[in-house]
Amino acid sequence: MRLLAIETATEACSAALYINGEISEHYEVAPRQHAQLILPMMEQLLAEAELKLSQLDALAFGRGPGSFTGVRIATGVIQGAAFGAQLPVVPISTLAALAQRHYRMQGARRILPAFDARMGELYWAAYEVVADGLVTRVGSEQAATPERVDLPAGEGWQGVGTGWATYSEILTQRMGARLTAIEGGLLCSAQDVAQLAVRRYTAGEAVAAELALPVYLRDQVAKKPA
Amino acid sequence: MLVLGIETSCDETGVALYESSAGLLSHTLYSQVDIHADYGGVVPELASRDHVRKTLPLIAEVLADAGVRRNQIEGVAYTSGPGLVGALLVGAAIGRSLAWALEIPAVPVHHMEGHLLAPMLEDDCPEFPFIALLVSGGHTQLVEVSGVGRYRLLGESLDDAAGEAFDKTAKMLGLPYPGGPELARVAAQGDPGRFRFPRPMTDRPGLDFSFSGLKTFALNTMHKELPDHHTLDEQQVMQTRADIARAFEDAVVDTLVIKCRRAVRESGCKRLVLAGGVSANRQLREKIQQTLKREGGRAYYPRPAFCTDNGAMIAYAGWQRLKAGQHEPLRFNAQPRWQLGDLSAVRA
Repeated sequence: MRLLAIETATEACSAALYINGEISEHYEVAPRQHAQLILPMMEQLLAEAELKLSQLDALAFGRGPGSFTGVRIATGVIQGAAFGAQLPVVPISTLAALAQRHYRMQGARRILPAFDARMGELYWAAYEVVADGLVTRVGSEQAATPERVDLPAGEGWQGVGTGWATYSEILTQRMGARLTAIEGGLLCSAQDVAQLAVRRYTAGEAVAAELALPVYLRDQVAKKPA
Repeated sequence: MLVLGIETSCDETGVALYESSAGLLSHTLYSQVDIHADYGGVVPELASRDHVRKTLPLIAEVLADAGVRRNQIEGVAYTSGPGLVGALLVGAAIGRSLAWALEIPAVPVHHMEGHLLAPMLEDDCPEFPFIALLVSGGHTQLVEVSGVGRYRLLGESLDDAAGEAFDKTAKMLGLPYPGGPELARVAAQGDPGRFRFPRPMTDRPGLDFSFSGLKTFALNTMHKELPDHHTLDEQQVMQTRADIARAFEDAVVDTLVIKCRRAVRESGCKRLVLAGGVSANRQLREKIQQTLKREGGRAYYPRPAFCTDNGAMIAYAGWQRLKAGQHEPLRFNAQPRWQLGDLSAVRA
């Protein structure tokens, strides 16, 4: 199984190549540089592995939520590459990828990833690691104020992502003793997108290039005049 | 050389396949006008979201229509600016990465260069040099074109673009979005002798334009003729609106024609190309053609479908640059304020 994944929804820009269980990655925190960096990262990973794009089984990308522009850069790049090379695509939630990264780095098994969505809101979801070392979502993905996001049941949750930096007070207060740690600076990374994508690809959940689309969570983006 | 062109600079997704010896093989366009109609103008975020849904299906459509396989494409051209940054990024990302996957060159195209070269897609196309009047919702420019990439700005609007003035005036008159073409339709019923609007900046030298005053003039006329408590019947109200629309259209068209004539006389170049969305306006086409005839020259226009935004002009302009050996390294960019004067010339 060979899969190339990219992630550009946060201030980090990254690409990762998965080859039969081994992952290599290029990762850079580079705000507003994603359009310059992402294709060279992909090219370099393939060159280092001496592979051509057409020798891969699938492509994957962080499909949001996150920066609208960032999510569309990843989507557009993957659509073009997948259409050109006739490869299937696995869209992966950026919230899941962030939770997966936190599990990979800290071993936490109950994770609440949250991005600052501006306008007083969060992109939010809850994940648990069950058996396969991969996160699985509990409940739904949401765009909501910190006062209204759904809190999961149970103990031992850890908060990760920019949403926890911006709204630490209200979220900490709401979670109370069920929250054990906060990691507010964590950004998404393509290697976690790749890990999650392998599971979904194996489950037959890849889609055609033109169906590789963003998930914004926020759909009310303009007001109609009265 | 077979070139795929992608246009996503505003509210229309355009895709086309141009082949250097066979010409245009296929082109298609998806207009988002219905999406933005409820908002009374283009909502940039909604435009970007729609381009992401439409671009690949349209690429698949032109390939199928032309009977071409994707690996036969030899170059990709995409609009990189000017325009809405988010919308531009969609076409740039898809176009650049598609070229990477196909291992072929890609080139960013200046949207206005696309419009300037659009008449070259027609069998009866002008020779260089020519004067071009670019009139759209975003631009009003007079440009001297002496070759691909050899452009000299002769004059431009100091405030509203002509198309913008059309749309805003139409909105004031209560016409549905997008108002420009609707205003022209209503104006056809208007009495040309009832009101006379000024022809801005025609009484002084130079080739610049100003249209925002005309919009105000139209508003003032409306307030005077149709005050809140008027005693006119519905028919009279409709006629007054049509008369105002007519006076407005005549003023814009006359102003454009006067400046075009001046540009032709000053430059000595008797070929004039009309391009951009407003060049679909029938009054403008007719008066420009008559004027050029009187000057001993002639006017050229692309077919109406290529006056407005389209992928064909991007494929063509891209081909001109690709064949000159230009291409983008492995990155892409949106250049929302890219200046026409920043373009490099291409050797003939």
